[in-house]
Amino acid sequence: MTEPVLRIEGLSKSFGALVANADVTLDLNPGEIHALIGPNGAGKSTLMQAISGALAPDAGRLHLMGRDITGLDMAARARAGLGRTFQISALAMDHTVLQNAVLGALGAQGRAFRFFAPVMGDRALLGTARAALAEVGLADLATTRTADLSHGQRRQLEVAVALTLAPRVFLMDEPMAGLGLEGSARMTGFLDQLRHRAPILLVEHDMDAVFALADRISVLVYGRIIATGTPAEIRANPEVRRAYLGEEAMP
Amino acid sequence: MMRRENLLNAVILLGFIAVPLWAWVADEPFIITLSTRAAILALAGVGLNVALGLGGLVSLGHAAFFGIGGYAMGVLAFHAQNYLPLLEAPFLIEGTKSMPVIWLVAILTASLAAFLIGALSLRTSGVYFIMITLAFGQMLFFFMISWPAYGGEDGMSIYIRNGFPGLNTLDPIQFYAIAFTLLLAALWLVAQIQGSAFGLALASARQNPTRVTAVGIRPRHLHLVAFTVSGAITGLSGALFADLNRFVSPTMFSWQTSGEIMVFVIIGGVGRLFGPVLGAATFIAMEYWLDGVSDYWHIYLGAGLLGLVLFARGGLIGLIAGREVAHD
Repeated sequence: MTEPVLRIEGLSKSFGALVANADVTLDLNPGEIHALIGPNGAGKSTLMQAISGALAPDAGRLHLMGRDITGLDMAARARAGLGRTFQISALAMDHTVLQNAVLGALGAQGRAFRFFAPVMGDRALLGTARAALAEVGLADLATTRTADLSHGQRRQLEVAVALTLAPRVFLMDEPMAGLGLEGSARMTGFLDQLRHRAPILLVEHDMDAVFALADRISVLVYGRIIATGTPAEIRANPEVRRAYLGEEAMP
Repeated sequence: MMRRENLLNAVILLGFIAVPLWAWVADEPFIITLSTRAAILALAGVGLNVALGLGGLVSLGHAAFFGIGGYAMGVLAFHAQNYLPLLEAPFLIEGTKSMPVIWLVAILTASLAAFLIGALSLRTSGVYFIMITLAFGQMLFFFMISWPAYGGEDGMSIYIRNGFPGLNTLDPIQFYAIAFTLLLAALWLVAQIQGSAFGLALASARQNPTRVTAVGIRPRHLHLVAFTVSGAITGLSGALFADLNRFVSPTMFSWQTSGEIMVFVIIGGVGRLFGPVLGAATFIAMEYWLDGVSDYWHIYLGAGLLGLVLFARGGLIGLIAGREVAHD
């Protein structure tokens, strides 16, 4: 029995009377993609924010590789190995694609407080950044201004920046959104390989991708996990079918 | 576009060399003094631009650092000219008339103040940050007014300009050379910072703080370092400004001073390396010419500023050299 890489225990978060997450417990094993699905407003984004440290939960604990990271802030969790991509692209829009990737590399390597050497001449950082861009297929756009990228390309850049961190865990918030059919298929193939480098906690609305990729799926409804299991188990689960009725088609 | 900006920067530098040299040859010491004033105020703006332009931190309290630099010079020179030790116990500290020592003290005290003010102010952002930096500036302003030891409201005069080894600082062109060299040094430093890892992280934090946090860097740490460097440079310019006038007064701490330094940066172009340099030069030139035309020249300045802000977001540099483009 292998120990989970990421373990979330009894995580709860309310906004006033609105319960966004109630006693959520889930884990992420080495080499797996664990997908988190649920209707709109089920609390998926809140959960991602609580895990990455952008939001402070009301209760619950987080363990990364057996280490309690509950008390760490978002930056410290990133350095501890949480590589997050955002639902709404969080990129430096006036910078080039390459500059965004270099930022990831220098953040992960703790080199942000160097004041003299030209950063865009640092071979080690550039190497990490270019390799990550090549992996997601953005190598040719390295000198493009990020604001000029298409929506889908920004998604790819989000993933590339996460790659430069060489994280222990990927937290991906809708990496397929806006990619289109072809882009979606390419990203699916890419994530399929990526899981062997670090496991992925995936929030995604594209059900074809989720059921093609996920080793396990957890279904979040009104802030609670109502089922966790393999894609086949989830597909057969009557409670899940009821929750999704009229929401989205279940393949 | 980058080439055009580099060309413009070279022209600005040439102007800063040619005008005082011409004035020296033509025996126009007043023009040399005006040029010195422009160089020193440009240095103050270069300092503010690190916080405002690179960091996106709108500080309306940079007069605090300008004033601290000024009083670092004033206090040290006051003790030296009156042969009064600054401190007798537990060890003796005497005043000094040496510029390098004064600059060092100005930089150290201004950066310490910037670090402390920054550590408190950076807990807020936006309009609150503007107000709290303004409040700290005003606090120091009223403190200097009510502290009688160094002239209080009247300020104090330093009768002989401080010295620099090997130079005659009373010669306007030599003092100008000192101010201009320090301005160049500051510009070099800021250019290094802009191109460094820190500069990239700071500029990214200005555009998207979440991105920076997600790669493991705390924006507030970046901001605190930028604010401290910014205060240090503005503090140095305060010491030079006091030496230029051979006079220090609480006016250096006033919010109008903060506003004026910000105007230099905005006229020239926020975040552009030479923005504050062109801005301060333009301001001084307008002050000189328009003052002859009308006593109310600030009205024209205001109208010009309004036009710049409304129609040329990148200031004069943006107007001439175009919008800033992404570059590696």
